[in-house]
Amino acid sequence: MKSLKIIVLAKQVPDTRNVGKDAMKADGTVNRAALAAIFNPEDLNALEQALRLKDRHPGTKITLLTMGPGRAAEVIREGFYRGADGGILLTDRAFAGADTLATSYAIACAIRKLKEYDVIIAGRQAIDGDTAQVGPQVAEKLSIPQVTYVEEIVGLNNGKITLKRRLERGIETVEAPLPCVLTVNSSAPDCRPRNAKAVMKYKHARTVTERQDNAEDYISLFNDRPYLDIPEWSVNDIDTDVSQLGLSGSPTKVKKIENIVFQAKETRRIAPDDAGINELMKELIDSHTLG
Amino acid sequence: MNNIFVICESEEGKIADVSLELLTKGRSLANQLKCKLEALVIGYKLAGSVENQLYMFGADKVWVADDPRLEVYTTLPYTAITVKLFREEKPQIALLGASTFGRDLGPRVSSALKSGLTADCTSLEIGDHEDKREGKEYKNLLYQIRPAFGGNIVATIINPDHRPQMATVREGVMKKEIYSETHMGETILLDLKNYVVDSDFVIHVIERHMEQSKVNIKNASIIISGGYGVGSKENFQLLYQLAETIGAEVGASRAAVDAGYAGHDRQIGQTGVTVRPKLYIACGISGQIQHIAGMQDSALIISINNDPNAPINKIADYVITGDIEAILPRMIKYYKQNTK
Repeated sequence: MKSLKIIVLAKQVPDTRNVGKDAMKADGTVNRAALAAIFNPEDLNALEQALRLKDRHPGTKITLLTMGPGRAAEVIREGFYRGADGGILLTDRAFAGADTLATSYAIACAIRKLKEYDVIIAGRQAIDGDTAQVGPQVAEKLSIPQVTYVEEIVGLNNGKITLKRRLERGIETVEAPLPCVLTVNSSAPDCRPRNAKAVMKYKHARTVTERQDNAEDYISLFNDRPYLDIPEWSVNDIDTDVSQLGLSGSPTKVKKIENIVFQAKETRRIAPDDAGINELMKELIDSHTLG
Repeated sequence: MNNIFVICESEEGKIADVSLELLTKGRSLANQLKCKLEALVIGYKLAGSVENQLYMFGADKVWVADDPRLEVYTTLPYTAITVKLFREEKPQIALLGASTFGRDLGPRVSSALKSGLTADCTSLEIGDHEDKREGKEYKNLLYQIRPAFGGNIVATIINPDHRPQMATVREGVMKKEIYSETHMGETILLDLKNYVVDSDFVIHVIERHMEQSKVNIKNASIIISGGYGVGSKENFQLLYQLAETIGAEVGASRAAVDAGYAGHDRQIGQTGVTVRPKLYIACGISGQIQHIAGMQDSALIISINNDPNAPINKIADYVITGDIEAILPRMIKYYKQNTK
């Protein structure tokens, strides 16, 4: 197999891993607006696997596909900086409020429009939901196999890809036919850093919506360098059954959201000094909690 | 018809703990809804050996797909069997473990059935729902309760119009309890040729290296757990020293595991293991709900943190404010002194 067409699925997510004090409101709940928007970490692991395939199979084209609001174009620029060849932003109010099923449906419709692909690679799960459902559901919608929990792409021969999966209690090596969907774990290698040349080349890459702010500055630039255009697809650009999109296409509904405010318990403060710790250990031993 | 199904997972001829836990939960939901509890088992050489255990854990009916080609899990044939059986039996609720098995199979099945799926539920309850906009009332829905947004919120998810209502639950979250030693049911062996086709077997498992985890935090009665605040892999050694002294197991928060301070097999919390030890000592753990969800049922909680306002302190029985480098060695010293 010489060159490949790879689609990488990526999501822009709030950085829920770093909910610092400044992101906590006075009532102990999270101020979501204060969280940075980042490239979902495992999607970067997925991009790295795509880049490794490209290293081994020159001429391979990597297209990044993301669904989200306009600012999610940042994810595509980041992909360009690290070696992706193209990117598409799927953005429309009609997609809003989608659960994983409606999300997968929209993404699968966009992939069908791209037509040619050998491998679709996504992160195992996104840190804002941790569901790990979109990858397998996209595979089901496209009627192609899936291999989840991938840690390494071992090789690719005669239209078959060999993969190492990291499971709870060990490693499994499987062979799957192309095309297929892979989801990649965080235990896979980290993504390579940005490439300085690629940053120079793509730093002005913009979607048409982003260009509207400074339209005049961009006209001549984009005439000379058409690769700077990040295609923006709305619901009108892909062939869909609208009833399967967004909130109405989502079987699951959120009934209730509760912010986490811990119920205070009667707490005893123990002095960190010798006397305090000695007393505590005695107490734990006397109550047979220890010893 | 419209019963509760548990899609069981097996490894080497044994039903996985998480599946037995879900049968226990499924049994109590079935009693509440006055419906039957059914189990689906797919594998090889399981027929004739697992049914009695499944009855004991509350199953009224056991469906078995038994074939050498099903010995090792692969997505497509397991999906085909489950989807076809669910189309025939129309369960109202279907539960499976949030293991690599359930998180691979569940979304594929729910996508084929367009049924919706809620991952990693920490609680399942039955309740009603009123859709005011549509003017519709729903009785006896499954409330699928799970943390979201990195564990900073808890969401109750419902699935009003599509069936089955599907949910995954992690191992250790639900309690495993024998329903009745004498409870019996019926077993139906599926005729495979009606459920799978040759093209379902396109993925080949070439090699498997499975080992029993050496770490056994799930059953430890004392756990010393470290978070990002422990600061380094070297500082984690202090936790191991204390653990060895008092006979405990070492756990870790997701942040500590992500930082490389401890291995994945030690992770406690919503995306790790859920534990209920008699003593839980949290070192340098701030207490995201992610983590709290996995340890809040511990009988006694001690929090050691240099931040006096760490959220975890609110659920702790004892709070020690200070550096673990100073406090853990003191705990070792005074434990030894007082047990002489």
